Amino acid sequence: MAIPFNLTPALPEMTLLVSACVVLIVDLFVPESRRQISYWLTQLGLLATAWFSLYVFHETPVHTFGGTFIADALADLLKFFSCITVILTLLYSRVYLAARGLFRGETFVLMMFSLLGMMVMISAGHFLTLYLGLELMSLSLYAMVALQRDSDVAVEASMKYFVLGALASGLLLYGMSMVYGATGSLDIDRVAVSVFTGNANRTILVFGLVFVVSAIAFKLAAVPYHMWVPDVYEGAPTAVTLFIGSAPELAAFAFAIRLLVGSLAAMWVDWQGMLIVLALLSMIVGNVVAIAQSNVKRMLAYSTIANMGYMLMGFLTANVNGYSAAMFYTLTYVLTTLVGFGIVLLLSRRGFEADQLDDFKGLNQRSPWYALMMLLVMFSLAGIPPTVGFYAKFAVIEAAIDVGLVWLAVIAVLTSLIGAFYYLRIVKLMYFDEAQDQTPLEARFDTRVLLSLNGLALLLFGVFPQQLMGMCVVALTRSY
Amino acid sequence: MVGPLKATTVLPYLSLAIWVPVAAGILVLALHRDRDAAAARWLALVGALAGFAVTLPLYAHFLIGTAEMQFVEAVEWIPRFNVNYLLGVDGISLPLILLNSFITVLVVWAGWVVIQSRVAQYMAAFLIMSGLTNGVFAALDGVLFYVFFEAMLVPLYLIIGIWGGPNRVYAAIKFFLYTLLGSLLMLVALIYLYSISGGSFSILEWYQLPLSLKTQILLFVAFFAAFSVKVPMWPVHTWLPDAHTEAPTGGSVVLAAITLKVGGYGFIRFVLPILPDASHYLSGFMIALSLIAIVYIGFVALVQPDMKRLIAYSSISHMGFVTLGLFLFSAMGVEGGLVQMISHGFVSAALFLCVGVLYDRMHSRQIADYGGVVNTMPKFAAFAMLFAMANSGLPGTSGFVGEFMVVLASVKANFWLGFLAATIMILGAAYTLWMYKRVWYGQVGNAHVAALKDLSQREFWLLGALVLAVLALGVYPKPFTDVMHASVADLLAHVAQSKL
Repeated sequence: MAIPFNLTPALPEMTLLVSACVVLIVDLFVPESRRQISYWLTQLGLLATAWFSLYVFHETPVHTFGGTFIADALADLLKFFSCITVILTLLYSRVYLAARGLFRGETFVLMMFSLLGMMVMISAGHFLTLYLGLELMSLSLYAMVALQRDSDVAVEASMKYFVLGALASGLLLYGMSMVYGATGSLDIDRVAVSVFTGNANRTILVFGLVFVVSAIAFKLAAVPYHMWVPDVYEGAPTAVTLFIGSAPELAAFAFAIRLLVGSLAAMWVDWQGMLIVLALLSMIVGNVVAIAQSNVKRMLAYSTIANMGYMLMGFLTANVNGYSAAMFYTLTYVLTTLVGFGIVLLLSRRGFEADQLDDFKGLNQRSPWYALMMLLVMFSLAGIPPTVGFYAKFAVIEAAIDVGLVWLAVIAVLTSLIGAFYYLRIVKLMYFDEAQDQTPLEARFDTRVLLSLNGLALLLFGVFPQQLMGMCVVALTRSY
Repeated sequence: MVGPLKATTVLPYLSLAIWVPVAAGILVLALHRDRDAAAARWLALVGALAGFAVTLPLYAHFLIGTAEMQFVEAVEWIPRFNVNYLLGVDGISLPLILLNSFITVLVVWAGWVVIQSRVAQYMAAFLIMSGLTNGVFAALDGVLFYVFFEAMLVPLYLIIGIWGGPNRVYAAIKFFLYTLLGSLLMLVALIYLYSISGGSFSILEWYQLPLSLKTQILLFVAFFAAFSVKVPMWPVHTWLPDAHTEAPTGGSVVLAAITLKVGGYGFIRFVLPILPDASHYLSGFMIALSLIAIVYIGFVALVQPDMKRLIAYSSISHMGFVTLGLFLFSAMGVEGGLVQMISHGFVSAALFLCVGVLYDRMHSRQIADYGGVVNTMPKFAAFAMLFAMANSGLPGTSGFVGEFMVVLASVKANFWLGFLAATIMILGAAYTLWMYKRVWYGQVGNAHVAALKDLSQREFWLLGALVLAVLALGVYPKPFTDVMHASVADLLAHVAQSKL
């Protein structure tokens, strides 16, 4: 029997699915003392997936499975970066997970399924594919947050995440049904055509758009859909927080691109106004509330909210320039978050969560190298050159000014000044204060090497940002 | 596209001036263990000397009589935004680069004995800072300038915060946020200029860009926010006394001698030529702020009980002279402002080093804790006398040249303006000499003063080098002013030409 579809574009997804199943089965037979076998199998599967994502690289968009699956340059790159992000997440959190009894097959498999969901979302060519990917990702995440069954905070966070997430999915489905009602199709390309030719009922479309944008805002953690973020970040085990704060941001970016640019590009005048409000509120609320936090994870949660506000500014231009700025922002943000949480994970020990700001006190005396890495993270988040965060802010501000929104750019820089205050506070704790505990941080050799490379990448891309920026432009021009 | 500027040198002296100190700083950072402290010091000194050495050819090969950018280096950097690695110097930036590299050597040497904790990080911070500052003065691309301008804050923030006085954390954060606020607004202005110039970040191309008065005024406000904080002008000066007082001696020296000059330089490089009409339109405002700085801050300096605070206020007052000179739009005024910047670089550095000498021995900056130091430290008192005189603008010292030129230019513009500006001669002499009297003259104040030891060899040569610089610039400023003439004339031509 001949297979009616071209399967090659979905090679990365299939690889990941197979590896997830293999790990699931192998883990059943692996004794507790040999758990690293599942771990290495997972890493191998992820590496293979990352490799296949680039192997199938598509110069021009390819549709398969009856148009429900798109493979284009953007998707391939985002999938590759998501895989790398998950690999690093798993690597950084290995010791942390082991110390808390979470170094188990379930964790690995959930991470892989969540990643699979993200990859399906990234490649979605149909609203239902998008929804399917979103749910696969989210359900795995809910379970991951609650991995520590005996922790009240974790369970509460998981519950909140689930309820609010379900609400967001409901909003999304409702919005999609409106779009379906107006255009008569759920296929992203066909929706785009009907919206563009003006055959669709505009009132219904705008009504649907409001719900779709709300769902996007929920996934991106934009104000006022941000309530879940601080609680989930704080409640989840730090390793899971790192997972939630990194790869899903890339998927959320793809989610926004597929919906707003892929299918509803012709309505950019309508969604531009909504995004301005979301961006503005996120930048202000995120940065201002972050000041009051004494918990690092909560602080970084509000920092995520603020950063997604900046990222949304890239969408305002409604052209490839702006989208590529937003993509660059997301990529660099994920790169930065990885190092930041990586260091929080190193600070934690068995039975001790280093989630208070004061735990950073005197880090420069304890471990000057990791303090320097954290310094780079903080300056990158604050947007101070020569770290990569500066060019990310630079590109989105340029996008805003490009469409004449100078006032928004001014508010953006003023809020980033507020942001600088709380990022500097961590630098102050690390460098100016005395350490309470003089023991240097310990890390496995592979973690040490990769965390250092990851940290130095913030500086390297800060000095030579062209490669990464150019890549974002190329990926988006080839896809749209 | 890299623009009309083509590379003009065989050896990239400007890149060397930037990256030699930075590379040396990174190397020093590797010697972070306490037992390597001596090696770190020597490596830092070698790095600073090498950094100074590579700037000397800039002066030797500099062509006097042309306003063109020299030693130009142009390399594509971020084609995505048409950002280029574009470097060049003219007669305005060259003296500042020389000053910066020279002061760095002194600062490294000044921290030789005093700094005992985290020596490598201290030295590295100053070296990296020095390279970045050279970058600020040499950059001809808006983004490149901004990157250096902003990156400069990071080492200084750490210097104040780690090695500073008791209230250092407050001072460091205040310093950082204050200056960041200004520079972020400038970033918006730079991107706006990029957007309306059709995609160019070249500063020299912006000189030709027609702009309406309204746009010019808005851009002026943004640039003013960045540079007035750096200068600092009244009323955004309040970070400076805190930062100066809390910073270690080396930090104060660099702040006063170099960082403040970046503000003045910014006005010359960006505001005057890019926004000539707004500059004329708002010159009354700028002159008023400058005069307030000169007179009011002069009085504030008079009553300071803390020596470092007093010199900090004196710096603000003297920098008021720079902005006053620039916004008179005459060759005399602008050149006077420039000479004042260089001279203030030497004199304020020297005064802070003098306070450092006393502080290292007595661990107090309070004037009241001293008295009669001349009896126990005669050599030191002689040096301090000369620097106090230079700070008061005594003829024959560098302080006189710039002040005299600016006063002359202001009298030409308006008698009362010149009259008010000239009060600095009286106020400056009053607060400096009164401090001198209370600290150095009189009976030996207390047992601690009686036990003071005179200058060590190292301190002697440190201050000696500055004496030479102050006197050379005061007696024979021609080598410096010659370098400036053509560039200043060109600058004034740009300012005179309306862009409306």
